[in-house]
Amino acid sequence: MATSARTAAPPAARKVPQHRPGSKLRRHNTIVGWSFILPNFLGFGLLTLVPIVVLFYMSFTNWNAFGTADWVGFANYERLLTDGSFRISFLNTLYYTVLHIPLTIVASLGLALLLNNKLRGVAFFRTAAFFPYITSIVAIAVVWNLLFSPDSGPINEVLRAIGITEPPGWLTSPEWAMPAVVIVGTWRDMGYYMVLFLAGLQTVPRELHEAARMDGANVWQRFVNVTLPCLRPTMFFVTVMLTINSLKIFDLILVMTGGGPGQSTSVISQFIYRRGFEENQFGFASSAAVALFFLCIAVTVVQFLWNKKRSV
Amino acid sequence: MSELLDRNITQRTLRKLDDPKPRRASRERSARYRAGRAIGYIAMIVFAAALLTPFFWMIMSSLKSANEVFSVPVQWLPETFVWSNYVEIWSRSDIITWIRNTLLVSTVVTLLQVLTGSFAAYGFAKMRFRGRDVLFLLYIGTIAVPWQSYMIPQFILLTEAGLSNSLVAIMLLQAFGAFGVFLMKQYYETIPEELSEAARIDGLSEYSIWRKIMLPLSVPALASLALLTFVNTWNDYLGPLIYLRNPDLWTLQLGLRSFVSNLYDTNYALLFAGLTISIVPIAIIFMLGQRYFVEGIATSGLKG
Repeated sequence: MATSARTAAPPAARKVPQHRPGSKLRRHNTIVGWSFILPNFLGFGLLTLVPIVVLFYMSFTNWNAFGTADWVGFANYERLLTDGSFRISFLNTLYYTVLHIPLTIVASLGLALLLNNKLRGVAFFRTAAFFPYITSIVAIAVVWNLLFSPDSGPINEVLRAIGITEPPGWLTSPEWAMPAVVIVGTWRDMGYYMVLFLAGLQTVPRELHEAARMDGANVWQRFVNVTLPCLRPTMFFVTVMLTINSLKIFDLILVMTGGGPGQSTSVISQFIYRRGFEENQFGFASSAAVALFFLCIAVTVVQFLWNKKRSV
Repeated sequence: MSELLDRNITQRTLRKLDDPKPRRASRERSARYRAGRAIGYIAMIVFAAALLTPFFWMIMSSLKSANEVFSVPVQWLPETFVWSNYVEIWSRSDIITWIRNTLLVSTVVTLLQVLTGSFAAYGFAKMRFRGRDVLFLLYIGTIAVPWQSYMIPQFILLTEAGLSNSLVAIMLLQAFGAFGVFLMKQYYETIPEELSEAARIDGLSEYSIWRKIMLPLSVPALASLALLTFVNTWNDYLGPLIYLRNPDLWTLQLGLRSFVSNLYDTNYALLFAGLTISIVPIAIIFMLGQRYFVEGIATSGLKG
């Protein structure tokens, strides 16, 4: 299991040959090195780095479809703070994140623990678990929309059959639309995080489990005191990825609910999309995009610091 | 991964062989063991049902007649199998155009990503030069930056370049991600330095080392990267949604989406046939290359 922490601080000079100090050789090396990176960096720089820089500039202008862009200072941000639908989108994003993270961790870790056993059919099962993740979002949306259909959908039919007389309206009800989206999000993602957890479980030393068993620890105690601590690097990595992926949730919302009913499932990414591509308020939309940018960076940094503190 | 599992089996068998416990204890334990396994199987069946039911329903619905899809109570199996849905979808929609566009974009993106990604990764993993680590930090840093936050300036830049409403835009969008560089670098770092050092002494240039030594050695990682990139591009919805206005340029995802929203009296059976068709190529690719998918994700932990 290689976590990003390992690569974030690569052992810079590990085994790389020491060249004799010679400015000509060093310059040659630099040129050759850059020539390897350049083809990718051209695309990466122009399509990722430059847009990020431009984004910050745009958020201070009233950039719109007509190409006029005047510097407006913090006006967009002030507007953002008082904008009711941004507040709703922001809270909905947090709501999705808070529901989606624990649910996905429990489900994918559960799957991984299950598959880590030598049971018959594990290979088939692993394929099945991964399948939702490689399925197109449009297919997922159409199928789940119909499965969730309040009157004729199979889900509510099952619920009625087990005695729930008034099953939720799911995507048609403001209260239940977000939980429904979270369920689908979890269903889609758990196979992916399961793979990460499975890789992590391979690194748990068997001897520790043996020792704990000798000491009379039961399954649950072994899970809490042996497996979980050993999984900490994986858990950290999964949480970071899950947080970023939840905060930027968009495509699932767009195809399943379009943000509705009302604004009950509208999220930050969609707010950016609406203001930008539908209403052409590129400047204002950029300020919301900057907010999303810092939200993701901040959460990631905090998680890194917290992880560092705990591992000391 | 499978090797690791196999090692576990041997370890367990060895342990069983020298288990010194008396009979009765072991019988008790095996009863418990069997109960545990039974629970495991039940859990697996429940999970599998939850995971696969939507697919089952989709495929079955694609074989129903138009009004059978919504019948109450739900019918899981079609009354008569309407195979003609799969014939009709080809004539009733532009699905051939959509497939052609999607295939073109996915192939070009995969080629570009694999080539430039592995090339840059060699520079990051095996070369030493000024600015390398800072540059790599930039690559890594963008992994925490969601595309949604810079999609607007990116769109404006590509529009200024005259590329909006073109498949080229979608190709550029996907082809230079940090992901490919990251995954390949991870892999190259596991290849011993002595190998390239020996080649250097033999007088090979860095470019030949990459082409003649690194590329052949990194086929598993290249396969992982190619598969993950291909599937991600095939399934991408947001990029095409923002860039492609002209129906001739639509990808499969956009086309099927329009099929849902355009026809007021959507023939859902037909739609399901289309959705099934859109999933089948990916399913086949996934089954064939499953090992590489899993390894790619497990070593990089990222998606494109």
